[in-house]
Amino acid sequence: MQDSNYNNSQGEVQISIKDLYKSFGDNHVLEGANLEVHNKENVVVLGRSGTGKSVLIKIVCGLLKPDNGIVNVLGKDVPRLNDSELQKFRLQIGFSFQNSALYDSMTIKENLAFPLIRHSKHLTKKEVNAQIESVLDDVGLLQTINQMPSELSGGQRKRVGIARTLILRPQIMLYDEPTSGLDPITSIEINKLINHVRHKFNTTSIIITHDLTCAKTTGDKVAMLFDGRFIKQGTFDEVFNTDDERIQNFYNYNFIQ
Amino acid sequence: MDSKPVAKSLISKKIDGFFIDLYSAFQFIGRFFKELFTPPYEFKEIVKQCYEVGYKSLFLITLTGFITGLVFTKQSRPSLSEFGATSWLPSLVAIAIIRALAPLVTALICAGKVGSNIAAELGSMKVTEQIDAMEVSATNPFKFLVVSRVLATTLMIPMLMCYTGFVGMLGAFLNVHQNEATSYITFFQQAFEKISFLDIFASTVKSIVYGFTIGIVGCYKGFHAKNGTEGVGRAANSSVVLSMFLIFIEEILIVQVTNSIR
Repeated sequence: MQDSNYNNSQGEVQISIKDLYKSFGDNHVLEGANLEVHNKENVVVLGRSGTGKSVLIKIVCGLLKPDNGIVNVLGKDVPRLNDSELQKFRLQIGFSFQNSALYDSMTIKENLAFPLIRHSKHLTKKEVNAQIESVLDDVGLLQTINQMPSELSGGQRKRVGIARTLILRPQIMLYDEPTSGLDPITSIEINKLINHVRHKFNTTSIIITHDLTCAKTTGDKVAMLFDGRFIKQGTFDEVFNTDDERIQNFYNYNFIQ
Repeated sequence: MDSKPVAKSLISKKIDGFFIDLYSAFQFIGRFFKELFTPPYEFKEIVKQCYEVGYKSLFLITLTGFITGLVFTKQSRPSLSEFGATSWLPSLVAIAIIRALAPLVTALICAGKVGSNIAAELGSMKVTEQIDAMEVSATNPFKFLVVSRVLATTLMIPMLMCYTGFVGMLGAFLNVHQNEATSYITFFQQAFEKISFLDIFASTVKSIVYGFTIGIVGCYKGFHAKNGTEGVGRAANSSVVLSMFLIFIEEILIVQVTNSIR
């Protein structure tokens, strides 16, 4: 169920996307997308594969440049940041990748230490270890600390990926398909983790998914992306109580009626 | 349907692709020099990569260098002995090894071992979004992955070249000693009689250029890998082919310049 403790008050806008356009050659992925995410809000972006959901969050964190439009995150005009400003800005953003993107050649501990050591040079070895253990404990995987990523299951890798982003205490979390490729039980655990992260770390999040269970469990607001635009935004029930055939079709193909 | 316009369009697409690739490669090299002189510096990673490139190539380099020296001496002996000129062997072998064989053998071995390794490693990181993950955690992946690796190959390949030269000469000495019972001191005195400062300088410059080529080609191919695991294999393969091709082109150019100075 949706996070009951959350009060969806219209707080300060943390992410503002206006008239966003992005194409790859002749493939027009985003065509005038508009979205606002408020402080500590979990917004789920739903849509079929290839509708530009991942492109959207890659633009939000500055990995891709838009062709046109405004992307304002934490008061910063992201496409116009220079390299050093972008690096500072990214310290406030956590990005959980679809395939976790853990560094294969490093242990779990080294994966987590990598961003921490580079950006918190004042920390002693003891403090670094304590922070790694604390964040691994938060995702329930303290026992894997000395393992290699290849020794973990898909769900465990996702959790470690989330832990790695949390270690820098980001204000904004971007989740790219957090439950894709996972069994239903592990998916539910990941959904719980997303809600836990919001509570414990006070994060504002965009969750990209096509999993309706994930959308219903984690999202305060759901935004439906279709043909490069958001065709409907609101609570889960508001979005799916509609006669719009495109949304109905999407709902019917996901087996949770 | 007329196949001519289709073929023409395919050819023009290939030509466009070639020039776009070339532009992108020059941009990559330009970015390397920009990042090289901009702090912060990744000293730890550079040292780690020097170890990977240098120390881990030693066994292969020792084997190939030694065999090159030994076989080259063995093959040259019959021709020289026809003219009763076997006493020229040490200087002939030294000229061949120091001027050409040591830099070339080292570079070709490293293009195969180190270049493909770099391309495969970075390619795999690219297709599994590890490079993007590094970027979003506010680490400059170009500086961390590319600058450190290119610097490592540029620094270590000249050192490996010196080592190959030494091991190659050792192989040659063993053959000469076995046949003529020449002493170690006499062999090296004769060998270095014909070697000038220009020979050593040119070989050092060559191996620096080869090292840079191997590093930058491996990183470029890996950094631009696409289409999953198939793309990783293709990146590793094309990195070796392109590095070797460029090494031979550079060899010709540097030999021309050196000969015009000599």
